[in-house]
Amino acid sequence: MSKVRVLVGTRKGAFLLSSDGKREKWDVSGPHFAGWEIYHVKGSPADPDRLYASQTSGWFGQVIQRSDDGGKTWFQPGTPPGEPTTGPGGMPKGESNKFVYDTSAVTGKPLTTHQFYDGTQHPWEFKRVWHLEPSHSDPNTVFAGVEDAALFRSTDGGISWHELAGLRGHGTGPKWQPGAGGMCLHTIIQDPKNPNRIYIAISAAGAFRTDDGGKTWRPINRGLKSQYIPDPEAEVGHCVHHVAFHPSRPDVLFMQKHWDVMRSDNGGDAWHEVSGNLPTDFGFVIDVHAHEPETIYVVPITSDGEHFVPEGKLRVYRSRTGGNEWEPLTKGLPQSDCYVNVLRDAMAVDSLDSCGIYFGTTGGQVYASSDAGDSWAPIVRDLPAVLSVEVQTLP
Amino acid sequence: MIRVILPPHLRTLARVSGEVSLDVEGQATQRSVLDALEVSYPMLRGTIRDHITQQRRPFVRFFACSEDLSHEPPDTPLPDAVATGDEPLLVVGAIAGG
Repeated sequence: MSKVRVLVGTRKGAFLLSSDGKREKWDVSGPHFAGWEIYHVKGSPADPDRLYASQTSGWFGQVIQRSDDGGKTWFQPGTPPGEPTTGPGGMPKGESNKFVYDTSAVTGKPLTTHQFYDGTQHPWEFKRVWHLEPSHSDPNTVFAGVEDAALFRSTDGGISWHELAGLRGHGTGPKWQPGAGGMCLHTIIQDPKNPNRIYIAISAAGAFRTDDGGKTWRPINRGLKSQYIPDPEAEVGHCVHHVAFHPSRPDVLFMQKHWDVMRSDNGGDAWHEVSGNLPTDFGFVIDVHAHEPETIYVVPITSDGEHFVPEGKLRVYRSRTGGNEWEPLTKGLPQSDCYVNVLRDAMAVDSLDSCGIYFGTTGGQVYASSDAGDSWAPIVRDLPAVLSVEVQTLP
Repeated sequence: MIRVILPPHLRTLARVSGEVSLDVEGQATQRSVLDALEVSYPMLRGTIRDHITQQRRPFVRFFACSEDLSHEPPDTPLPDAVATGDEPLLVVGAIAGG
């Protein structure tokens, strides 16, 4: 029977939640890396035992952790346990935590600057890894979306990281600006049919696409309207919260923007709004059913000033029509006195026949539905605030 | 032999349980001690000093012999009692936030 493993990153450690295909009884493992912020944990589609985790701290910086046994044991890939701690030249290892922005090949100076909170130009400064996206085909290849916003790639299992600098260098960098959570690259989507095509999203710059494997990039924000920026229809500057797609239709994208739920049917060349009858179209997460490409999920949040669910009711909204027509899903979810948020990377779907949906809250609950959202039950109720949720469907 | 006491999170990361002892060539300074620490425990690179600038991370402090040495230049000799191993160098995660 198939199994599922839910990978949960929280403010104070990582947790792995495992169950069989019935998804009724859960084994909870953790906290891993107790006391550290775990922004993201994700497994390789090519080797489900290969997991990557972003461990970070305001005190001690960024640490990349890797597991080769499905999360039983972890190590920093630059310093495998039992191996010499220095390389052939006597230089210490430990490079796996090192993210160095590219500089201009001509001048040696920083590639570009970005707009700071006060409107001045500011150099890029590495802060943390928000999102790790392993390659579909190679367990040793993994992308990292970082703050300040940039895309890095490792092709040696996380030992060393190199920037795909064409993203920052394509010209709009000086117009990017941090959102309230920082200037982060939080979404990385690889086109399973075309390995040269990758989508990424940045808060607050917008969505971008490469069609040549990361060498060159262009903004894909036409159709987005953001009333809180000087030009509401600017090429960049939009606070995109998350983007999702169905692997069978990589040209169809769904976006939860700061405000507005959006859809593109042409790889991001143009977007149109599909918020429809949602009670509020502010939110962070968005995801797509594993077997129904037109069935999508969001969790509406009251407003940008009130980051909690409206009316004290935790409701997932589902559209079976690719947007516009939404139904609230409430069975098993608290419908009074609930004031949690669901952050942008904190929803995931499994690929079992009856699609499972999972999400985590800032109140520390992780909810699961084994019937595509019709009913919900908590797997755990009292974790630290949940930052991210991913799920692996295992044989 | 120089003795260094790490904050709990870094002890976990370095997989050590107590204080660490280091052989330091030449004069014992913040820089030479941290260099030696990172050679023995490369997983700590970037956690105490920035990878690139080698500046002390803002919420990390250095104490020894009841003194705050955090703002001393990195090549200033450490107190004799640290150099002789009578006193440890403390790497401290500053208390911050509420």
